[in-house]
Amino acid sequence: MLLTLKIEGNMSLLEVKNLKVHFPSRHGIIKAVNNISFSLSSGEVLAIVGESGSGKSMTALSILRLLDGTDAQTSGQIIYDNKDLYTLKESALEKIRGNKIAMVFQEPMTSLNPVFSIGNQISESLIIHEGKKGAKEKAVNMLKLAGIADAEIVYDKYPHQLSGGMRQRAMIAMALSCTPTILIADEPTTALDTTIQAQILELIRKLQRQFNTALILITHDLGIVAETADNIIILYCGEIVEKISTQDLFYKDTLKHPYTQALLDSSEEMIPIQGNIPSPLEISEGCLFAPRCSFAKENCFLEKPELKACAPNHYRACFYPCGGAPCPKS
Amino acid sequence: MNKKNIITPRQLIWERFIENKFSLFGLVLFSTILFSIIFLPFFIPHGRDEINYTLSFASPSFTHILGNDELGRDILIRILHGGRISLSVGFLAAIISIVIACLIGGVSGFFGGTIDFLLMRFTEIVSSFPFLPFAITLSAAFGTAVPPEARMYIITIILGLLGWTGLARIIRGQILSLKEQEFMLAAKALGLSSKRQILYHLLPNTFPYVIVSATLSVAGYILTEAGLSFLGLGVVHPIPTWGNMIQSAQNTYTLSYRPWVWLSPGIAILLTVMSINLIGEALRDALDPKNRG
Repeated sequence: MLLTLKIEGNMSLLEVKNLKVHFPSRHGIIKAVNNISFSLSSGEVLAIVGESGSGKSMTALSILRLLDGTDAQTSGQIIYDNKDLYTLKESALEKIRGNKIAMVFQEPMTSLNPVFSIGNQISESLIIHEGKKGAKEKAVNMLKLAGIADAEIVYDKYPHQLSGGMRQRAMIAMALSCTPTILIADEPTTALDTTIQAQILELIRKLQRQFNTALILITHDLGIVAETADNIIILYCGEIVEKISTQDLFYKDTLKHPYTQALLDSSEEMIPIQGNIPSPLEISEGCLFAPRCSFAKENCFLEKPELKACAPNHYRACFYPCGGAPCPKS
Repeated sequence: MNKKNIITPRQLIWERFIENKFSLFGLVLFSTILFSIIFLPFFIPHGRDEINYTLSFASPSFTHILGNDELGRDILIRILHGGRISLSVGFLAAIISIVIACLIGGVSGFFGGTIDFLLMRFTEIVSSFPFLPFAITLSAAFGTAVPPEARMYIITIILGLLGWTGLARIIRGQILSLKEQEFMLAAKALGLSSKRQILYHLLPNTFPYVIVSATLSVAGYILTEAGLSFLGLGVVHPIPTWGNMIQSAQNTYTLSYRPWVWLSPGIAILLTVMSINLIGEALRDALDPKNRG
């Protein structure tokens, strides 16, 4: 028994292969997410980090195929429990959504339906996945676990009667109510007050450990990542530029992708990254970061570096990685 | 802090509704009308179709408070029975049109694309039927084939089948904007089926509009039914409705010298429609989210 558990623990829980999210537009195809692959093992905390417009949220939404019905053209494979979510029927997918893989969204102010009470909404996911019996007790219990003191009273409250932090706690309770194996948190603290951010993050981390839920944490804040994540994926313009463990990123003099370094500098020393993220329509042949990179040489503009393993558990797409010290400023 | 401190949206709406004195007046008036047409007939010692030629066009008296019509029938009892018919027609037609509007508007807004295109073109076709000629033709076509008792249902169905288009468009528009809200994405992420998303999350959010529109349309349907019956195309004698009771006013002599025959059903229509409209307007104010105070 112990042995099988251990083997299962090492196996990857979720495998994302060649995920693409493209939006056709009048001026060409916008590649919001381009050929992303990664895997997640059970209990792991994986952070996906990048600037606005780097495709973080699109990645999160496309895992559960929540972009179906929009203009997005998605392709790739998402293997969960030996099934490719992209070939599953909608009805089979509905059994996974919220039940096995759940999501917490950025905006707690708008993610709750204003016409239903909090309890009503938490119980709803319990009712559809686990049946009506005991749904209320479980929902109240989840609210308590999410750190809401008078859970029985909050159960009957409506979203507009709660503060942002309370709503995000309720959202977390809702997402974890069916004890999913994976929780996708899309910038769960961005819309919150700084004083509450740490609390919410701590809560997610605590519950994630308690239920042994794997967590995909989407954020633009490397500060959050340092305390929470096991592994980090750095996204730039819809492509992975670096996959690295948190230890390597923060505590060692590892050679890094200049973009990763720039993100670190911007969060630790408030040094802004020069320039803007390029328009998704401007397709460059070389490295996408080259125009903003202070290490770029001629071949960076002509040739695209591939994502290659450079150390165990460390992948990087760069010809001229930079070291632990802050990048020289131009 | 206890459970009593939690104000549900319903309580909030009720509080705002009763703040408005006009609405309270409308509600009291409408309840009075409703109770009288339901219970009062049991206390009146005359039959609905009780003919008494000696009392033809008799003016109001103690035994016949509102007088008698050309066949000597008691006008009060006919107004009460007519009210049952008029209100049933109004409410049933409103229910039919709401169901169709929710169905078509909901499906159209939620799924979008080709389904939306086809359903909206269908809605436009139905809404461009000229209502009165169409209703007249339909009721004339069915009129001779069915007994007077069934005429009421024919007219209800005609009204309901032609009246849903405006509401369907409103619901579709609402759903188009609601489904882009983040809570709908969250609902989808929780594993809710499309049916559940429409029925439990989208439609309840459109209820304020549906309730207001339904209330006002009941008044509209009562008026239309009265108009059609007045022209002899709606409900026909011997079944009384307020509309066909005013029919006798088409006679100039009756119009000039026997006001009791047509005045009381006319006042009944006026009071009912007015009270429903007052309630509808007050509901509109109470349900308006921009009006929170």
